[in-house]
Amino acid sequence: MVKSVNGERSTVNGTDRAFEILETVKDPEVPVLSVVELGVVRDVQILGDSITVTVTPTYSGCPAMRVIEDDIRAALEAGGFREVVLKTVYAPAWTTDWMSEPAREKLRAYGIAPPHMVTAEQLVPLGRTVRTVDCPFCGSPNTSTASEFGATACKSLHVCHSCRQPFEHFKAF
Amino acid sequence: MTAAGQQATGNRHQAPLVEYLLRLGDDRLVLGHRNSEWCGHGPVLEEDIATANIALDLLGQATNFLRLAGRIEGQGRDEDALAYWRDENRFTNLQMLELPRGDFGFTILRQFLFDAWSYHHLQALSGSTHADLAALAAKAHKESRYHLRHSSEWVLRLGDGTDESHRRMQAALDELWPWSGELAWQDDVDAELREQAIAPDLESLRAPWEAMVRDVLGRATLTIPNGPMRMTGGRKGRHTEHLGHMLAEMQIVARSHPGAKW
Repeated sequence: MVKSVNGERSTVNGTDRAFEILETVKDPEVPVLSVVELGVVRDVQILGDSITVTVTPTYSGCPAMRVIEDDIRAALEAGGFREVVLKTVYAPAWTTDWMSEPAREKLRAYGIAPPHMVTAEQLVPLGRTVRTVDCPFCGSPNTSTASEFGATACKSLHVCHSCRQPFEHFKAF
Repeated sequence: MTAAGQQATGNRHQAPLVEYLLRLGDDRLVLGHRNSEWCGHGPVLEEDIATANIALDLLGQATNFLRLAGRIEGQGRDEDALAYWRDENRFTNLQMLELPRGDFGFTILRQFLFDAWSYHHLQALSGSTHADLAALAAKAHKESRYHLRHSSEWVLRLGDGTDESHRRMQAALDELWPWSGELAWQDDVDAELREQAIAPDLESLRAPWEAMVRDVLGRATLTIPNGPMRMTGGRKGRHTEHLGHMLAEMQIVARSHPGAKW
């Protein structure tokens, strides 16, 4: 796991502790992933008992972002940080490629097919080849897409033709 | 700019960059609102969700652009103040985007024409010398790609579909095409930002946009109408009769209960 994306670690122990706390803050819509695993937390800087957390939004319109920021603030305050500053950055743009293999495995175990790695040709909008998503329940590749848009911005809807189970897919983005 | 032009803008004291960000934000705010009107009314559940999802993305992008506009303007206006407390003649969106949502064919065809434009426009803006604008544009560009994929697939399916779906899509194209001339409309705001390599020459985006659009419309067996283009002026605060009605609905809660929180 990346401890700090940009800066030096000012207080090693403090930073470890901050990440320990941040690992307990879950995505409200996908409660098996922490905000660190999700790639939303980009950096942590500590100065005394003040902490600056740099975050990046997932989708521009994701309504969970405000909740996530509130949850991060509340958890760090409860963890003893007196001043919590949240800083938002937009570049580099968030991508599911930042999600680690263990995090992807957690998604699969939860019943959500994890994202594949984004490659350039899949982002060409027209004339794409349809990529199938393996069923998170039985592993079958014999699935089809029901809708590219699901209950949240980050997920699409699929059906498995082997085990007949509808399932969600965390979109590669 | 002519005196009459200055009169009409209502934004004449804005720095060009603020004005440009308002244009980017207003396009997405207005189209996002029109799309949100489908929530609960979609032709099928999946499309209801898809249209609402795209509306959310557009509102999120609008929030980002308007927030940055307000910050650079430095008058204490945040994204909510800009969305809810400006009147119709201060909105700078393209007129095509404020037209009533029509049927699903009209909505998806308008979305397609705009997505194809956004795809090229935001890609160019991702290389802007203005770092904040470049970052927001790069993020929005990623989203425009899957919006475009969605809308173009529906244009193909419905245009080259049944007699009825073809008839409706052709009617939507006949209505919408004359409004598309405004996409590449530019003025001294663009000229000034072009000089600083902050924004591209919109005229240079017209050919790649049209190539992409003609390719999809052709495969969808739809015919681009011949005929005069419509009036322009959205960028200067001149709008159709539809925007005021839309804003009345969009702004009434914020204006009736200023500062309300829930």
